[in-house]
Parts: sequence; structure tokens; C-alpha cells
Amino acid sequence: MSDLNERIVITGIGLTAPNGNNLKEFRQNLLNGVSGVTNFETRYMGQVHAGVCDFDELKYQKKKERRRGTRVGSVAIYCSQEAIADAGIDLEAIDRSKVGVYLGVTEHGNVETENEVYNISQYGYDTKFWSHHHNPRTVSNNPAGEVTLNMKITGPHYTIGAACAAGNMGVIQGVQMLRLGEVDLALAGGVSESIHTFGIFASFKSEGALAEHEDPTKASRPFDKNRNGIVCSEGGAVYTLERLPDAQKRGAKIYGEIVGYAINSDAIDFILPDPGRQAECIRLALDRAGLKPNDIDILNAHATATQMGDIQEAKAIRDVFGENSKTRINNTKSFIGHTMGAAGTLELSGNLPAFDDLMVHPTINLDNLDPDCALNNLVANKPEKLPSVDYIMNNSFGMFGINSVLIVKRYH
Amino acid sequence: MTIEEVRQIILNILADIAPDEDISSIDDNTKLRDQIDLDSMDFLDIVMELRKRFNIEVPEKDYEHLATMAGCVSYLTPLLKNRPLASS
Repeated sequence: MSDLNERIVITGIGLTAPNGNNLKEFRQNLLNGVSGVTNFETRYMGQVHAGVCDFDELKYQKKKERRRGTRVGSVAIYCSQEAIADAGIDLEAIDRSKVGVYLGVTEHGNVETENEVYNISQYGYDTKFWSHHHNPRTVSNNPAGEVTLNMKITGPHYTIGAACAAGNMGVIQGVQMLRLGEVDLALAGGVSESIHTFGIFASFKSEGALAEHEDPTKASRPFDKNRNGIVCSEGGAVYTLERLPDAQKRGAKIYGEIVGYAINSDAIDFILPDPGRQAECIRLALDRAGLKPNDIDILNAHATATQMGDIQEAKAIRDVFGENSKTRINNTKSFIGHTMGAAGTLELSGNLPAFDDLMVHPTINLDNLDPDCALNNLVANKPEKLPSVDYIMNNSFGMFGINSVLIVKRYH
Repeated sequence: MTIEEVRQIILNILADIAPDEDISSIDDNTKLRDQIDLDSMDFLDIVMELRKRFNIEVPEKDYEHLATMAGCVSYLTPLLKNRPLASS
């Protein structure tokens, strides 16, 4: 039965980030200023900076499953299994036809296609050496599909392709499907394997938007005058989402309630974001949550450290929150780079413990603030403790002007 | 190439495509599928590896010869006769 006003809560979190393979580790490193960005060898380009994850792929997969599947499938399985374990849900005891898997992806298939092209290049480009695994590895539902095979989930599964706004949108999809009564439990979030395709790096480089720094841990520097582009990263975060009464009934731990969301489109450019539409998206999420800008305690900014992207988002935030806002603004990409499809859910995850510890992790590598990115209460380089944290907002924007905003409320 | 060497080639391929399985005690006359976890995609992997490592084409009508280790050895021995032993 559908109830569009049903309250939806986060009851489990599974994640892998370049600086942590669970929420506790990730949070500690965000509060301690520990970056996860390193130097990374990529095909044809040599050394680039990247956020690389080191979770144990074989914790939940057999070697054959891993060999047959994709890196992002592995990320998705690890995060989903960890989320279920964290939520204390016994999969054997529930109706798995009422579980949905909704994962945001920036792109899918580039890694596998590049690998196959490279493979046949070793055989004179004879396509009879092209793998029969190519199609199942590159269908768009691959990461979510691998989760269902691994966990024997028979409810719906698909990915949501939404450039770098996708992580938030996986969660929004989960909320909507729970409210529609399509599923009773959603595994929702975002995943990325993008560092394993040289094309992502090469394209950002050609665009003049690939970060470079002699110290890789300082390469991702949103809002800094000397920022010079994106650090590409892999990662994932998956939540178990449940209807509040279901979560209460089983005495679940509740990380927070999703009280507002919005998605809209700029409709002006392939890559340049529009602050006007971003501001509209933020306002729509606030309106739906019945909140004013000043109600938001922490805003995790999307800023990726590109020249124009950071300026445009700063404009949108100033427009909505004003010059004297009390809202603290931070940025998680400064630690882990841009985890692409995972960014929305992963960055939000890093902030959720603030409901309990009241700490706001900073944006690091902010040595010289770009005046065009000036924001009131930008938490720079050192964490800040607040007297209370009741609402966290998460921005995730992507190419083609896709904007997504999530608001999570402390549960009490 | 000896029968033992051909058998070892098959074992090497199986070790790569079924890395979770114990292949040391495979019975040559029992179907491979009944002894280790192999599905149709894995059989296509065997065919692909023979193509890559030895430039041997196994047409679909001959797949049945790959069902047992003994079948693989008797089918492949003449095909591998004049080929050097690949390291992998």
C-alpha cells in the first residue's frame, strides 16, 4: 500500500571511501584531516592523482564472482552487504522479493570497454578475442544486478544514471519506492569504479579540469584560489532505507530521517552549471521539508575544485542562505576527491555522525580562499563543534545540469 | 606434446576460470560440471583460453568433447600435437 507521506529513515550504512572502509574509519579520518588521495598509474597516461579504495573484495565474493564481474559490482556488493550487516537485518528471515536495489552511477561500461579494446589490441584487433563477458559487464544495471545475484534479492534492481548527482538520486529513488509500497526495504546509494578508465582522466585533462599537485593529498582543493581541477576517485555508499514504523518495530538504530529532496535540470549547457537552477533546487528541497535556510546546520557542498563549478555553486549557496547564514558549509571531496556516482551518498555518510558528535568536518586544503567562492561559515581546515545538529543538507550536481539536494533530519 | 602435458594445460585453464575450486583431484571420466562449479559462461572461457593460448578454434558442435577431462585430452591432443607448451 502506498503512503506518500510515509517517513523514511536510514537504518544501515555500508561504504568504502579512499580513506576508510566503514563509517567509523571514514569519520575519524574526516575529523583528523586524513586525505585518501594518492598517485595512481593509469593506462596510456601514466601517473595521475586518484582516490583509491582498499576494501577486501573477497569478504563477500568468491574469486570467480569477482573475476566474472566488475570492480563497481564488487564495490556495490561490499557496500550493500555492509549496510545489511550494520542494520542488523537477517536477509534469510525477510521476503527478498520486497527488497529493491537502487544505485546511482555517473557512468558505466567505460572501464570494461577500454579493457576489452586493450585486450584485442594484443591480438591484432581481432574481435574473436573479445570477451563473452563484455555484455553482462557493461549493461547499465550491472552494479545493482551483481548485488541481487550475490545476496539473492529478487525485488527490483537498477541503476540511476545521473552524472555526479547520481548518489543522492539513488537514495531519492529508494525513498520514493518505499513510499509507493513497491518495496519494504531499499538498498540505495551510489557507486563508482571510474578511476579504472583512463578516458575519464584524459577527458578532464583535455577540458583543463584535472587536478595536479606535487603532493597528491593537496590536489583536491575546493574553493581555494589555486585549485586546478578534479581528483577522480572510486568508492561507494549504500544505505538500508526503511519506513519509520518498520524500523521502530524491529528496534533499529536510526541514523536520520530523509525529510526533503529535490531534483531539477539547468537546461543550458553540457558542463557549465547554472547557479540559478541550483538555488531553485535547494529551495525546492527546503520547501518540501518545511524548512528555512537557517534551519540547516551543515551543508555538504558539491564543489569539485574546478574553476567555474566552485564559483557557480558558491553563488547558488549565497543566493539561498544569504550573507549572514549560520549554516556551516564543508566539502568532503577535499579529502577523498570526486567519487563520481558515489559522491552524494558517500559525502552525506561522512556527515551523518555529526548528529551525535556535533562535529563538522572541514574542507581541507583551503589555504587561500578564492574571493569568488567566499561563503559565510565555511568550515576550513579544522573541524568545528556545534551546540546542536538537527539538519544536514547534501548537494550533488552533475553534467547536463542535473541537480540533486537531500536533507536529513536527526532522529529523536 | 604428451597426454600429461595436455592434461596440465586444461588444469591450468581451469585454475584460472574456477579459482575457488580444488582441481587437484579431478576424475578424468566424470563430467567436469559434476565435480566443480562450471556453467556455460565458464565453458566459453575454456574455449576462449584455448583460442588465446594456442590459436585453437573449438566449434560449437564439438563442445561436448570438453565435458570430461578425458574428453578434453583426447580431443585436444591431436590439435596440440605440433604446438609448443605455453607457459600459462
